[in-house]
Amino acid sequence: MRARAAIEIADLRKTYAIADCEIPALDGVSFRIEPGEFVSVLGPSGCGKTTVLRIVAGLTVKTSGSVEVDGVPVTGPQRKIGLVFQVPALMKWRTALENVLLPAEILGLDRAASRVRAQELLELVGLSEFASRYPRELSGGMQQRVAIARALAHDPAILLLDEPFSALDMMTRNQLNIELLRIWSERQKTSLLVTHSIPEAIFLSDRIVVLGPRPARILDVVTVSLPRPRDPSVRVSLSFMQIVDRIGRLVGLEYI
Amino acid sequence: MPLASLHRVLKLTLTLVVLVASWEALCRLLQIPAFLIPAPSQVALRLYDKHDLYFMHTWITIYETTAGFFLAVAFGIASAAIIVVIPRLRDVVMPLLLVAQLVPKVAVAPLLLIWFGYGLFPKIIIAFLVAFFPIVVNSASGLASVQPELLDLGSSLQASRWQTFWKFRVPSALPEIFSGMKIAVTLAIIGAIIGEFVGGNRGLGYLIIVANQELDTALAFAAIFLLSAVGIVLYALIEMFERILIPWHAPSGPLTTGGRML
Repeated sequence: MRARAAIEIADLRKTYAIADCEIPALDGVSFRIEPGEFVSVLGPSGCGKTTVLRIVAGLTVKTSGSVEVDGVPVTGPQRKIGLVFQVPALMKWRTALENVLLPAEILGLDRAASRVRAQELLELVGLSEFASRYPRELSGGMQQRVAIARALAHDPAILLLDEPFSALDMMTRNQLNIELLRIWSERQKTSLLVTHSIPEAIFLSDRIVVLGPRPARILDVVTVSLPRPRDPSVRVSLSFMQIVDRIGRLVGLEYI
Repeated sequence: MPLASLHRVLKLTLTLVVLVASWEALCRLLQIPAFLIPAPSQVALRLYDKHDLYFMHTWITIYETTAGFFLAVAFGIASAAIIVVIPRLRDVVMPLLLVAQLVPKVAVAPLLLIWFGYGLFPKIIIAFLVAFFPIVVNSASGLASVQPELLDLGSSLQASRWQTFWKFRVPSALPEIFSGMKIAVTLAIIGAIIGEFVGGNRGLGYLIIVANQELDTALAFAAIFLLSAVGIVLYALIEMFERILIPWHAPSGPLTTGGRML
């Protein structure tokens, strides 16, 4: 018997009904994520990878198959999940700190303790000096860091990241990849990242689930055997490039 | 006051002074009869003459306008909330609202006189009726304009409907509610005046009717001036509250949605 998976997905299927057409998005996707593991779902744009994440989050209803989080079938939204979206989705009317406090407010957690925790999280994402700034006073990258802090605010067991850096420029994106790696190694949250950036997926993940074009099927699950802790320089190493090449070939891109 | 806004005030004042001065000059040079177009000095004199009386009439119109406006804000935001939170009601409420809006209020005003008499109440009702629609439409669009990701975040945290409404919808809607209120307040004044035109013996609208009957054009101009002043003050008050209540909302220009004019 294996230990209980943090996330277990088996033969997941999703069909969207638009007008009279049935559009298949996921066509039998199965994989599991161990507790504390960082797994990426990688695939071309519009292949349904976000659908996988939304079903795990309980925000989208699956058509068939099974999804379990901590051994419990997912039937709807669940509080043990922290969400980061493609856009920061901060509340413009609240400061960075107040944005991070939102989950605690909704869950009715102790105010004083949540405040301390929110401060710590802002420190973790490197924004303790910006606690009282409003989102419009922060850069896109900073806003996304606040969103990461907010996702961790209620200490969820699982972190779901839906293309969190794809709206940022390359330099900021690289920077935030490094930050996320550091945050993950400090908190060891089970993480599921949806991305279409091959280097981002390799740099961050233990394993990468590579999806094909819609309707999505798993092309392969690639284990990233780069040792941890990973230094940013690993991204120019030969072994890194070999994985880039391998995944590139899987999705039909020629890298070398 | 920062230099830029001081500059703006100066520019505006200068424009007004030039306008009024050329008006005065033209009236005197061309010897235009006062019953056609009175000179600003004549209007000012007329205003000064019986300022107690005008103050009373102005106050009545302000009262009708603000009462109608606040009723419109209260009922307008409440209706918008119902439309947005209970989507099933939308299909019934929206067409009804539209039909109500398409009925010309000027045509209804005489009926209100029959039903509610000559007091202030029918004027308040008309002000309310014309101010209501922009508030409903803007509030509903504001309440519905929450970022979908925020709603996802809310449902992921299993936020209650109440929490979603107060923490996400209402703050997101405030800029649009304020644009609705700005349109509504200018309409509410028109509503109150229509009410006073149709019947009554108080208010600036009544004063204009009297002035017209007596060919006292200077008085009519004085009343119109007071009306505009009321309008500008009420509008400025709303912009002031907007600045205080939603400082995070920085409009990019006076002509964009929710932009500030003053």
